[in-house]
Amino acid sequence: MTLVETPAAIAARRTSWWRLLLRDKFACVAVVILLLVAVSAVVGPVLLGDLAVKQNLRAVNRPPFSLDDGWAFALGSDSLGRSVLARLVVASRTTLSVAIPAVLISLVVGSIWGMWAGYHRGRRESVSMRIADVILSFPSLLLAVVVLYVFSPSALNIILVLAIARIPIYLRAARAESAELQSRLFVDAARTFGAKSWAIIARHVAPTVLPTLFTVATLDFCFVMLTESSLSFLGIGIQPPDMSWGLMVAQGRQVLQSAWWIAVFPGLAIVVTTVSATVLASWARLAMDPGQRWRLTLPRSRRKEVKP
Amino acid sequence: MNPVLEVDRLAVDIRTPAGTVRAVREVSFSVRSGETLALLGESGCGKSMTAQAIVGLLDPVAHVAGGEVRLDGTDVLTLPPAQRRRLAGPGLSIVFQDALTALNPIQTVGAQLAEPFRIHERLSRRAARERAVELMERVGIPEPRARAGAYPHQFSGGMRQRLLIALAVALHPKVLLADEPTTALDVTVQAQIMELLRDLRTEQQTALILITHDLAVVAEQADHVAVMYAGGIVETGRVADVFAKPRHPYTRGLLDSVPGEVARGTNLKSIPGSPPDLHAVPSGCAFRTRCPLATDVCAEQRPPLAEAGQGRMSACHHWKELADD
Amino acid sequence: MLTFLRRRITSSAIPLVVVILGVFCLARLTGDPANLYLPLSATPEMRAEFAARHGFDQPLLVQFGDYLAQVVRLDFGESLRTAEPAATAVLRAFPATLQLAGATMILAILGAVVVGSWAAYRPNSVADRVASFTSTTAASMPDFWFAIMGVLVFAVALGWLPTSGTVGAAAWVLPVLTLLIRPFGVLVQVVRGAMVSALSAPYIKVARSKGAGEVRVVFGHALRNAAPPALTVAGDLTVGLVNGAVVVETIFGWPGIGKLMITSILQRDFAVLQAAVLVTAVTIFALNIVIDACYALLDSRVRQGVTA
Ligand SMILES: Nc1ncnc2c1ncn2[C@@H]1O[C@H](COP(=O)(O)OP(=O)(O)OP(=O)(O)O)[C@@H](O)[C@H]1O
Ligand code: SF4
Ligand SMILES: [Mg+2]
Repeated sequence: MTLVETPAAIAARRTSWWRLLLRDKFACVAVVILLLVAVSAVVGPVLLGDLAVKQNLRAVNRPPFSLDDGWAFALGSDSLGRSVLARLVVASRTTLSVAIPAVLISLVVGSIWGMWAGYHRGRRESVSMRIADVILSFPSLLLAVVVLYVFSPSALNIILVLAIARIPIYLRAARAESAELQSRLFVDAARTFGAKSWAIIARHVAPTVLPTLFTVATLDFCFVMLTESSLSFLGIGIQPPDMSWGLMVAQGRQVLQSAWWIAVFPGLAIVVTTVSATVLASWARLAMDPGQRWRLTLPRSRRKEVKP
Repeated sequence: MNPVLEVDRLAVDIRTPAGTVRAVREVSFSVRSGETLALLGESGCGKSMTAQAIVGLLDPVAHVAGGEVRLDGTDVLTLPPAQRRRLAGPGLSIVFQDALTALNPIQTVGAQLAEPFRIHERLSRRAARERAVELMERVGIPEPRARAGAYPHQFSGGMRQRLLIALAVALHPKVLLADEPTTALDVTVQAQIMELLRDLRTEQQTALILITHDLAVVAEQADHVAVMYAGGIVETGRVADVFAKPRHPYTRGLLDSVPGEVARGTNLKSIPGSPPDLHAVPSGCAFRTRCPLATDVCAEQRPPLAEAGQGRMSACHHWKELADD
Repeated sequence: MLTFLRRRITSSAIPLVVVILGVFCLARLTGDPANLYLPLSATPEMRAEFAARHGFDQPLLVQFGDYLAQVVRLDFGESLRTAEPAATAVLRAFPATLQLAGATMILAILGAVVVGSWAAYRPNSVADRVASFTSTTAASMPDFWFAIMGVLVFAVALGWLPTSGTVGAAAWVLPVLTLLIRPFGVLVQVVRGAMVSALSAPYIKVARSKGAGEVRVVFGHALRNAAPPALTVAGDLTVGLVNGAVVVETIFGWPGIGKLMITSILQRDFAVLQAAVLVTAVTIFALNIVIDACYALLDSRVRQGVTA
C-alpha cells in the first residue's frame, strides 16, 4: 500500500502553481496565447483604433503575408482597404468585452445561488434545480434569437442573454459541491457556534467550491465566445460599425472568392482562443484536484499509465 | 503424477511514478490435479500479482519480467494471444478478489454465466443459457431459472461470490486460482464458500490455488502451502509439516501471531516492523530488517529458495537453526 | 417502465409549459404587440385594427385562454411574408431540419464511438493523443467559420461540392460535416472517458478470464457500460443541435426551421418565429422522453430507481 501513497506524498510537497504550469508545455502555450489576446484587447484599440477604420482605397483587398504596404497590411486588407490586422486587434476587445462580463455575471450569480441552494437543501434547492433544468433544456441560441428579436441586439442585451443562459451551469456545479460540504463536520461546528448562514457560506463553502467553478468558467468562456460569434455572424449580435470576430467572418464571407483572408483570420483567432481556453481548463482541472495533481509532475507520456 | 501447473522463477514489474519496481520476484511452485496449494502472505506481498500474471490478466501498469508458467508442460507465457484465450476457462481459470464489482452491472447473470459456453463451445444462446442455469443450481443459487434473468445488484455478496465461482468452474478448468474468495464475506458464508470450492475441486479433479492471508483457512483447506513475503516465496511444503515446524523465521513469526488474527494492514504482533516498501526492499534477504536470526551474510547474499528437508524448501541462510529447535 | 415514463413526462413537461408561457409573455407584455406582428411601417389605423382583430384589448387572462386554444390548434396566425398560415411554413421546413439533424447525430455517435473507443483502448498512445487534440479542437470550433472554410476549399477552390441546395449526396456533405463537428468533438471526449473507466473495471478482467476476444470485450462489455453517460451527453448535444442548425441552414441555404427562424427575425415575421420556437420546444420535449426511455432500457438500475 505504501507504494500507492508515494505519488500523493509527492503532491503533498506543495509544488507551486507556476512550477506545475511550466511543466506542461500545452498549458503554457495556452496561457501565453490568452495573455496575448487579453493584452491586444486592452491596449490594441488605443494603438490601432484609427488604423482599423481608416480606408485606403489604393490598397483594396491586398493579400496577406506581404510587407509591401507596411506591417499594418501583413494580414491583408479588406474591400475598403482597411487593415485586417488592426481590425482583428480592435475586434478582440468587443469579443472579450461581451464574453468576459457574460461569464462573470453567470459565474457570480450562478455560484452564489448554487451555494445558497446547496447549503439550505430542501425546497429552495429543488426549485432552483428545476429552474436550471428549464433554462438548460432550451437551446441557448434560440433563447438569444427570441430575446434579441424583442429587444434590440446591443452588446448589453447580448451579455445579459448569454449570462442568463449560462447561469444554470454554475448553479448546478456549486449546488452539488456545497450540498456535499454542508453535511461535513467543520460546517456543522461553525453552525453550532451560531455563525450566520451567509458567513458560513462565505468562510467555509466558497473557498472550497470556487476552484471548481473557475475551471467551469474557463471552459464556459469558449461556449459564450462561440455563441456571441455565431450571433454576430448571423446578423443579430454585434452590429456594424462595431467589430467582432464573428461579424468579421460574416463580412469576409461576401468576398470569399476574391479575398479569402478576410474571413479566414478572424475565424482562426476564434479557434486559437477557444482551444487555448479549453486546454487551460483541462490543465486546471487536474491541478485543482489534489488526488490528480501529482500527475502533472510526471512527464506527459507517463501520465495516464499509472492508476491512482 | 506430474504437476499440472509449474510456475518457474516468475517475475512481475510494475511501473510507478517513482520508477519501475519488481513486485514479484523468482516465484516458483507447482500443483497437481485434485490438490490445493495455499499461497499465503500479508496484504501487499504480491499474491494477486502472481495470480494475475499466471492467467495473463495483469493491469496495464504491470508486466511479466521473466520466468515460465507451464501448464501440462507448455509455457503459456509465450503462447500467442489467441491460443492463450483458448486456455482461459478450460485450462486456467481465476476467481478475482473483488467479488462485489466483478460482475458486469448491466448484463443479466444468466447471460454472463452463459458466455464461457458461447465462446468456447459455440453453443446457441438457448443451449448456453440452459447450461448457465445448471451451473447456478450447482453452486447453490435457489430458483436458478428465475434468477438467471436478474442483475448482479439484486444478489447478496455471498451469492455474487457463488456466481463468480460458477463462472470460473464452468468449463472444468485444470487449474483454478481463487484470490481471497472469502475476505469480503461474513463468517457463516465464508464456510459455505470454502465447502463449495472443496467439493468442486474433488468433483472436477481441479488443481486449486487458494490465495489467502488467513492461516486457519490454509490449515483447513490446503495440502501444500507457499508463504510469500515482499514479492518472493520464502517457504513451501506440506501444510502439516510447515505449520508444525516452520523453517523460515517469517513463517514462524506468522504462526506465533495466532490466535491474534493476521488482519489486513495491521502489523504482526510477534514480528517487529512492517513489510518493506517495494521501492526500498533491503539488499540480500528482504526479511533481514525484521528477522531475529539475521547475520552479516543475510545482508550480502539473497537466500535462494532451496531444499530444506524432505519435500520442503526455504529461502533462509539459517533455516537449519530453526530445524534444530 | 410505465410509471417511469409517466414520471419523466411530467417532469420534462415543465420546460415546455415555461416556453409556451414565455412566448405569450414576450408577445403581450413587452410593449405593443403590434410592434412584433406588424412591419415597422404599419400605420396607426392598421395597428388599431390589428389589436381589435386579435383581441389585444381583452383582459390578459382571456387573451391567455385564446392563446392556448390557438397553440393547441397550431394556429399561430399568418406569415407576413407569404400570407400563408405560420404553422404551414414551419411544418414544411421541419422535415428538412429533422433529416439534417438525424443524419448528423447518427454519424456523430458512430464516429465518436469508434474514435473514442480506439483512443481509450490504449490510453496515452499516439492514437489517443491525436484523438484528444482533434476532439478538443473540434469541440471548440466555430461552426460558421468551419462551414465557410469548407466552402472555400471544397466548393470554391476544388469545385467538388456544391455551396448550397439539398439535392444529391454531395449537397449533404458540408452541412452535415459542419453540424457534426462540435457534437462529434464533445462526444469523442465523453466516450473516451467513459470507455477508459469501463475498460479498467473489474468485470472486464472477468470477461477476459472467460477467454473473450478483444472485440467482445470492447464492444460487448465495455461499450455497453460506457453507453449510458455517453447517451446523456448525446441527448444534450441533440438539443444543442438546434443552435448549429440555425447557422448551417443559413449558410448553406438549407430550407429548414433554423433558416426560417433567422429569416423571420430579420423580416420581423413574429407569427412564424413563434410557431417555429414552439414546434422546436415540443420536439425537444419529445426527444428528452425518448432519451430517458433509452437510458432506462440500457440500465436496469435506472428503471428500478436504484442508485448503485
Ligand atoms: N495498479 C497498481 N499500481 C501500482 N502498484 C500496484 C498496483 N496494483 C498493485 N500494486 C502494488 O503491488 C504490490 C502487490 O500487490 P498485490 O495486489 O499482488 O498484493 P496482495 O498480496 O494481493 O495483497 P492483498 O492481500 O491486499 O490483496 C503491492 O505493493 C501493491 O501496492
Ligand atoms: S536469510 Fe537471514 S535475514 Fe533472511 S530470514 Fe534467514 S536468517 Fe533471517
Ligand atoms: Mg490481492
